[in-house]
Amino acid sequence: MSTRISEGGPTAPAAGTRRGWKSLPLLRQVQQSVGLQRGMLIAGLVLSALFLLVAVLAPLLAPYEYNQLRDPSGAFGAQQAPSSTHLLGTTVGGYDVLSRVIWGSRTALYVIVVAFVLSFFVGVLLGLVSGYFGGWLDRVLVVVCDAIYAFPSLLLAIVVAIAISGGESSLWGGIMAAAIAITVVFIPQYFRVVRAETVRIKSEAFVESAKVIGASHRRIMFRHVLRNATRTLPLILTLNASEAVSTLAALGFLGFGIEPTAAAEWGYDLKRALADVSSGIWWTSVFPGLAIVIVVLGLTLVGEGLNDLADPRLRTRRRAVASSADVAETSVVPGGTLDAGPGGLAGLEGPDDGRRYEQ
Amino acid sequence: MTTTTTELVAGGADPDTWAPRAEKRRVGGGGLGAYLFIRFLLIFPTIFILVTTVFFLMRSTGDPITAALGGRLTGEQLAERVREAGYDRPLLTQYFEYLGNVFTGDFGTAISDRRPVTEILTTFGAATLELVFYALLVAFLVGIPLGRLAAYLRDRWPDAVLRVFAIVCYATPVFFFGMLLKLVFAVNLGWLPVAGRASTGADIQLQQLDGSTGIYLIDAIRLGDGEVIADVLEHAVLPAIALGLLTAGIFLRLVRTNVIGTLGMGYVEAARSRGVPERRLLKKHAYRPALIPIITVIGLQIALMLGGAVLTETTFEWKGLGFQLTEYIEARDFVAVQGIVVLLAIIVAVTNFVVDVIAALIDPRVRY
Repeated sequence: MSTRISEGGPTAPAAGTRRGWKSLPLLRQVQQSVGLQRGMLIAGLVLSALFLLVAVLAPLLAPYEYNQLRDPSGAFGAQQAPSSTHLLGTTVGGYDVLSRVIWGSRTALYVIVVAFVLSFFVGVLLGLVSGYFGGWLDRVLVVVCDAIYAFPSLLLAIVVAIAISGGESSLWGGIMAAAIAITVVFIPQYFRVVRAETVRIKSEAFVESAKVIGASHRRIMFRHVLRNATRTLPLILTLNASEAVSTLAALGFLGFGIEPTAAAEWGYDLKRALADVSSGIWWTSVFPGLAIVIVVLGLTLVGEGLNDLADPRLRTRRRAVASSADVAETSVVPGGTLDAGPGGLAGLEGPDDGRRYEQ
Repeated sequence: MTTTTTELVAGGADPDTWAPRAEKRRVGGGGLGAYLFIRFLLIFPTIFILVTTVFFLMRSTGDPITAALGGRLTGEQLAERVREAGYDRPLLTQYFEYLGNVFTGDFGTAISDRRPVTEILTTFGAATLELVFYALLVAFLVGIPLGRLAAYLRDRWPDAVLRVFAIVCYATPVFFFGMLLKLVFAVNLGWLPVAGRASTGADIQLQQLDGSTGIYLIDAIRLGDGEVIADVLEHAVLPAIALGLLTAGIFLRLVRTNVIGTLGMGYVEAARSRGVPERRLLKKHAYRPALIPIITVIGLQIALMLGGAVLTETTFEWKGLGFQLTEYIEARDFVAVQGIVVLLAIIVAVTNFVVDVIAALIDPRVRY
C-alpha cells in the first residue's frame, strides 16, 4: 500500500499512523488521554467489561434460571421483597429479579452483536460503493438514508419489529426482531460516515497511483479506500451498541419484548413493573432499570471518550499541541457535519465535498 | 433515547461551518428563494420514501385484519372481512391506493375502534404537543445555561460533574427515569400525582369546556379556575422532567462543545487582546454564534422527542398519541399503528423543513 511508505515518519499523514483499531485501539486511546477524559474512558471501559463478564458468566452467576418459578422448597411467590433467598426480590410474575437482571445482560449482548454485524456489513458496503462510484445510485441512496435518518428511530424500530415478529417473540425471534429493527436505524449512520470518508479518500494521491498502475476497482475499494475509511468505526460501534441496548429496552417496554419463558429482557421486566411502582414496590423496576443505565452509561462513556480524543477541539488542551495535525482528520463522525451545517441538504453533496470547494 | 450517536456527534462539527466570518464562495450558489424552494420540494421524496417503507414493512407479514382478529373469527368470517377491506387484491394495487389516500389526507381507519386515524390525531395530538412543549422548556432552561457554564469552567470540576450529568441523562431510558420519579415524588413523598393529565374532576370539566383546544393548560386558563390550573400543572411536572432532562443532556453537551469551539476562534482571541472582559467575551462573542448549530439540531431533537414522548406517555398514562399508539400495538391494530407512524413521519419532515428555513434566515451562509 502506498500509505505505508510514510508510516511512522515524523510528518506522517493521518492515514499512516492512525490505523489504531487494528492493534489494540483502546489501550492507545487510554494512553493518549489525560485527566478527566482518561477517568471517563477508564470508567466506561470498566463498566463495559463488567457487562461483558456478567453476560458471559450468566449461568454461573445467576442463582436461578431466568424462567424459574419454583425451587424444591416451593414456588417463589410474586412481588416478594428482597430477602436472603431472593436478594433482589421477585417480580409480579414470580421470577427472581436478580437472576433475570443477570440473564438479561446476555440478551442485550446478543442483540448488540447481531445488530452490529448486520448494520456494519450492509452500511459499510453501501457507503463504500455509493461513495466510490457516485452517480444516480449514490444520489438515491443518500436521499433514502437521509429520509430514514430523520425519522424517529423508535417508531421505525416498532414498524420493523411488527414486520419481523408480528409482535410476539421467541428468544431468537425477539432478538432478531430487535437487532434488525436497530440495524435499519443504524445503516444510514454507517452509510453516511463511510460514504463521506470514501468520497474524500478516493481523490487522494495514493488512490490515483493505484489506478495508474492498473489496480481493479475492487482492489482499490477494499484495499486502499475501505481500510482508510473505517478509522472512525470503533467510535460509532460503541455509540451504536449503547443505542442498541436502549432501543431493545424501549421495544420491550412497548410490548415487543421477548416472552419471559424464552429469555430475560430488561425492557419487558420494566413494562411488567410499571404497575408495581404505583403501589410502592420498587425492587422490580429499580434493578433492571439500573442494569440498563450501567450498560448504556459504560458504552457511552467509552464512545464519548473516543469522540473527545478524535476531536481536536475537545481533547484536553495539554495534549492538543502534540498531535493535533495527526487527529484533525479523524473527527469524521456520523452526521456531524450535516447536523452542524444547514441540515438536510448538505448530505446530498457530502460534507467533505463542500469543504474542498471552499478552500 | 435511541439517538445517542447523532447527539454525541452533532457536537463534533467542523468549526468552519459556523465561523462568523467564513465567506460563501461556492460557485453558482443560488439565492435564498431558490434554496427554500429546493428545500421545500425535498419534503416530498422524504415523505414518499417513508410512506413506502412503512407500507411494505407493515404488509410483509400479511394483512392487518388477520393480525388483529386472527384468533377470534373463523376462517370463513376472516376471509370475508379480508375481502371486504380489499386486502386480497395484489399488494401493488393496494399500495397505489394507499398512496392516493395518504395524498388526499386519508390515513386509514383503525380496526379495533373504527376511528379514522386523522381523528385520532386531532383528539390526542394536542396532548402530545403539550408534553413536548413542556419538555422542550425544561431542556432549554436546564441544558443551555449549564452547557455555557461547563464551557466556561472547562476541565475544572464543575465541568466534570456537568458532563457526567449529561451522559447519565441520556444513558437513562426515559421510561425508567419516569418510573423512578414516580416512585420518589409521587408514591413515597406524595408531592405530585402518579399519572394522567389531570385529576378526574378537573379532567371532566376540561373535556366539557366549549371549544376545547385539547391543550389542558390553555383550556384551564380559559376556564379561569385556579385549582384546575394548578392541578394541570402538577400533573405535567414529572412527565416534563422525564422527557426534558433527556434532551437537556444533549443540549448541555452541544452548547458546551460549540462554545468551546467559538472561544478558540481567532476573533475571540482578538477581542481578548483588545481587553474585552472575559464575561462579555463569553456572552457576546462566543455564545451567540454557538447557538446557530443548535437551532439546526432542534429539528432532529423533535424527531427524537416524539419517540421519547411515546415512552413517557406510556409511563405516565398521559393520553396522547404515543399512549394511543401503545394501546393499538397491544390490540394488534396495525392499520392504526401504520397511520399514526406515517402521520408522525410527515410531521417530522415538515418540522425539519421549518427548522431549515429558520436556520437559513438566521445564517446567511446556508445557501445552495
